Amino acid sequence: MTAPAPAPAVPAPAAPRIRRREWLHILTRAARTPRGMVGLGLALVVVLIAVIGPFVVSYPPLAFVTVPGSPPSAKFPLGSDILGRAVVLDGGWQLLLMATGAMIIGVVLGTAAGIAAAQLRGWRDGLIMRTVDVILAFPQLVFALLLVSILGPARWLLVLAVGISHVPQVARVMRAAALDVSERDFVKAVEITGVRQSKVMSGEILPNLITPLMVETGLRLTYSIVIITGLSFIGFGLQPPAPNWGYMINENRIILTSNPWAVVAPAILIAILTVGLNLFTDAIARVALGIERAEKIIAEAAGTGIVSEIPA
Amino acid sequence: MTSGTGPPRLVVEGLTVRAMGSGAAIIEDVSVEVAAGEVLGVVGESGSGKTTLGLAMVGHARRGLEIASGSVRLDGTGLSSLPADELRRLRGAAMTYIPQDPSSALNPALRVGGMLKEVLTAHGRTDAEAAARVQEVLAEVGLGSRPEILSVYPHQLSGGQQQRVAIAMAFACRPRLIVLDEPTTGLDVTTQRMVLETVARMCASYGVAAVYVSHDVVVVGELSNRVAVVYSGRVVETGATADVFGAPAHPYTQGLLRAVPSPERSGRLVGMEGVPPRPGQRPPGCGFAPRCPLVIERCTVAMPELVPTGRAGQLARCVLVETGQAHTEGTLAPAVDKDLTKAAAPATTPVLQVTGLGASYGSNQVLSGIDLTVPPNSCVAIVGESGSGKTTLARCIAGLHMNWTGDVRYAGQPLPPGIRRRPKEVLRGIQYVFQNPYASLNPRRTVGGLVAQPIQTFAEGRRVRDDSEILDALRAAALSVEVVNRYPDQLSGGERQRVAIARTLAVSPRLLICDEVTSALDVSVQAAVVELLRRLQHQRGLAMIFITHNIALIRSIAQQVLVMHNGQIVESGAVADVLDHPRAEYTRQLLDDVPKFSAAMTSSGDAQ
Amino acid sequence: MTADVAPAPPVAGAKQRAHPVARLIWTRTALGLVTLFIVSILIFAATQLLPGNAATAVLGHNASASAVRTLQLRLGLNKPPATQYWDWLSGVLSGRLGTSLANGQSVWGLVGPRLLNSFVLVVLAGFIGAFIGVGLGLFAAIRRDKPVDHALSVGALAVTSLPEFVVAIFLVIIFSTVLLHVLPGVSPLESNSGALKPWQAPKELVLPVAALVVVIVPYIFRMMRAATIEAMESEYVEMAQLNGLSRVRVLLRYAFPNAIAPTIQVIGLNFLYLAGGIVLVEFVFDYPGIGQGLVNAVADRDIPQIQFIVLVLTAFYIFMNILTDVVTLMATPRRRVPR
Repeated sequence: MTAPAPAPAVPAPAAPRIRRREWLHILTRAARTPRGMVGLGLALVVVLIAVIGPFVVSYPPLAFVTVPGSPPSAKFPLGSDILGRAVVLDGGWQLLLMATGAMIIGVVLGTAAGIAAAQLRGWRDGLIMRTVDVILAFPQLVFALLLVSILGPARWLLVLAVGISHVPQVARVMRAAALDVSERDFVKAVEITGVRQSKVMSGEILPNLITPLMVETGLRLTYSIVIITGLSFIGFGLQPPAPNWGYMINENRIILTSNPWAVVAPAILIAILTVGLNLFTDAIARVALGIERAEKIIAEAAGTGIVSEIPA
Repeated sequence: MTSGTGPPRLVVEGLTVRAMGSGAAIIEDVSVEVAAGEVLGVVGESGSGKTTLGLAMVGHARRGLEIASGSVRLDGTGLSSLPADELRRLRGAAMTYIPQDPSSALNPALRVGGMLKEVLTAHGRTDAEAAARVQEVLAEVGLGSRPEILSVYPHQLSGGQQQRVAIAMAFACRPRLIVLDEPTTGLDVTTQRMVLETVARMCASYGVAAVYVSHDVVVVGELSNRVAVVYSGRVVETGATADVFGAPAHPYTQGLLRAVPSPERSGRLVGMEGVPPRPGQRPPGCGFAPRCPLVIERCTVAMPELVPTGRAGQLARCVLVETGQAHTEGTLAPAVDKDLTKAAAPATTPVLQVTGLGASYGSNQVLSGIDLTVPPNSCVAIVGESGSGKTTLARCIAGLHMNWTGDVRYAGQPLPPGIRRRPKEVLRGIQYVFQNPYASLNPRRTVGGLVAQPIQTFAEGRRVRDDSEILDALRAAALSVEVVNRYPDQLSGGERQRVAIARTLAVSPRLLICDEVTSALDVSVQAAVVELLRRLQHQRGLAMIFITHNIALIRSIAQQVLVMHNGQIVESGAVADVLDHPRAEYTRQLLDDVPKFSAAMTSSGDAQ
Repeated sequence: MTADVAPAPPVAGAKQRAHPVARLIWTRTALGLVTLFIVSILIFAATQLLPGNAATAVLGHNASASAVRTLQLRLGLNKPPATQYWDWLSGVLSGRLGTSLANGQSVWGLVGPRLLNSFVLVVLAGFIGAFIGVGLGLFAAIRRDKPVDHALSVGALAVTSLPEFVVAIFLVIIFSTVLLHVLPGVSPLESNSGALKPWQAPKELVLPVAALVVVIVPYIFRMMRAATIEAMESEYVEMAQLNGLSRVRVLLRYAFPNAIAPTIQVIGLNFLYLAGGIVLVEFVFDYPGIGQGLVNAVADRDIPQIQFIVLVLTAFYIFMNILTDVVTLMATPRRRVPR
């Protein structure tokens, strides 16, 4: 059957040919779901406190101002800590910065490794993944501890260590996704016209990897925060006297009975931050994958931060 | 109004199934009857609601759906009024279901013997009785000679064997009603023939009332005594199979039959434009009116009733039938202007010449000794089952598979194995249309972007500024130019496949390889796409390779045919020769096994 | 009747090629040993082959030159790196683990009893967590979309994000110090004497195990719930319903066996996680396991202890990975039995 008689009106040629900024659309859609709203809200509250906290107090936070371990009072709403300093909510922004740095390192290196392995195939694929898997043999916390054990807890080393410990998981997820996409017919349809591999990668494969990339970014950020605060907690993360929430929790355990707020306040902040981030990552996954698929995939990918590979 | 004796066993009256959330009707006001020993065919395309109807006949509704009104009665017992455990007692014993895809319908964690016994013991048989019955019914379906069958897992069986297990499970408790949902989907022709024979034999010997739900008009025509044609959730025509398919009264049935390919007659397939309306978006009045070539004013006002057509037992839901204006004779196939299978003049350089091609995956040899010649302005069909190597052959020619040997010449020049080593002119000249229209278009590009891509690739540096080439290609593929700004997920399967075709036309190829391009489409859409390809090949003098597993299609598009089996060519030649006088045993077997309309139906209204 | 074109199904149990489970064990074990070898090099390099001087790092920058030299000799830091590594590796393999730099005792004497304590913790937490997780997941899937399911799912989501030391601290606050005073916040088990075995002081185990259980249950719960729901939505479950099988039967023989396979994988990976999780939890409760041992060793820069404990942890990791893969494979007939 022939098409209807050609109409003179032709659609505007300036219409965009490629869906751009899909990641932004996913983020905004996720932020509008109930889960996303709560998660984003919680996380932003804590980030706000972390950033603004130091400027709000009317006295230098490190000054010794009162009896150690005194309960909350009008002057010091959260009481004082073990050293007699006022408990203030300072000590978050450095943690956040370090965690973000670790996340970026992990995601960038892991994605590069995963995609390279998927594209190169053959023995190079095996080599990259086996190399990366060596890191997988270490619990993330233990890996970081190992590196700082002799060299000391320098901030750059912490960020690097935690970042590197993320690489295997990110690489696995991105490799699996890249393999899946590159097998699809629409990629072959472009390859068959002789387009350069790099163009195939940038035009066809990468744009379709947005979803796993976003989910992994969210998960990695959350885990980075967990590990770095954990390290700070046992004293091998951010060092005093730089205030940090992880160390505060440990430091003030002894005075739990006299002023629990010195421990509870930073603990609650960390908890709210991680819960909020996780909720938002979940919302992103749901928006991009549909509710039922997202549940199973997140359950698998977030298992312990590792997805094991079973050979057929 | 059944053909069996005695009262009908299954009576469906005014059945309406709705989606719980939106209230949209999936099937509406459906009334059918089935007698014992009779097979009722339910024919419909995607979106017709036929699967939902089939499930409702055994009292089941999928998650999110509910039976809103009407009744289903089995031997007088209304199913919807039964308490849950009564219904459970009937299911699997008195009324059973044979699923479409046995590989996902059989529990992967249980062994076959256990599954079969379980159905029996759950319905009151003792262990000993169950074991004996399992042996018995397995023998009936032709699996009785292998005792190991009881202890294997489903995934260890072939598709045909799995389906036979499903059939055995359905007949184990000697049911009164069986509903079959396209049980031969995905099976190759020979296995399909075997399954259909088994089903027909057992239905007859058990005297069950059977309902065969399918989109495959020819299979339904072979198997059923009576048929109900479903469109947009309603029964639009029903009657004895010979009547409905021999002299259809409803325009949709007529259109459907015009679209059905046959290995026995050469003719242009006529497809139906447009898509069926989705549940919840059905127009007032007749659901088929937007696409009907015979539509009149009255059709869009109100839903017509099912009225008799004049032949005993045949009813149709059409205004024209009501007013007595329907034409029922001679609608099966249009007059054929010329025999499409006549080859074009030979003795010019073939566009593609393949000699002694062999190919392997790793160390596995999958093709050997392939010879193929594609002259200009002609179409060569390659027919084979899955595993025959036809897709591998296509990929070798296209450059997607590099591990091959042999002499291949394109336009007289030797063709290198991979894409990297081919000059641009060659890449442009050989174009490929993929099987799955849902996977061959990048979901993130608009239609315009997708068609523009190859244009840009072969534009030799100059930036393609205006869209006239894109729009021309879309028009050539019979698409409305409005789709240029849409994304693939906003298009139907048929439209997507046309976009894929437009994409190849945009760069004016010389050789077009079509790899099973209609396997994922409904019959009416398939017909339209095949006819489009035929026309394009003719108009542009293209050389075309048309790969399919459906031997019935080739007469409507190709002049030469290659029959492949196990990586080798078993027969080749002109289409008319091979189909009418097959020489190879495999080809003969294939043609025997292909479902055909019975002689009684093709003789009426067929102009050759 | 025409012959079926497919080959005859293999006789059940026949082994035409190597059994997939055996094949998996062999290849993964070989791979695991190679990985362990490379890991050991990494561990050694990170602690002993450092730019600058390990001895200086241990003793501090204010140490006297002679003290540094003594330590260097003792650690063999002046030998070529390969020799150092071989000395260490051969020592480990033959049971000579060296002496602690912190207090001069044998590393095995220090770490040995801790191994047992941590092992008990991991096993208890792992199994209890697995049972609770699977049970709750199944329950939530059956009561899908009802209030109970929503509550459990959101709860799991919330808890799953919490760092383990935060969970531990909250437990201490609730049960030991601030709200209730039921359970001890620190453990009196002494590591040196090794006299008290964990099961002889069960009260000390409750909170550490509880902390670990709370951390791992949400992961197992989520996977079990998702996998069970997916199984319940599957075509084979629908088929079972159409065959009139009872709800209980469908759940137990159709849904559960297919849902448990991916869940087993998550359970195994959580055992893996516990190897790292015990570090912080033992620290909070002062529980004398290898987690706490590692923290102390790092604080003291006690190189031999650090090396040994990390080696044990990574070996456990690799082993658990293999075990998980094997058990998951065995729970999946489609993979376990070849076509």
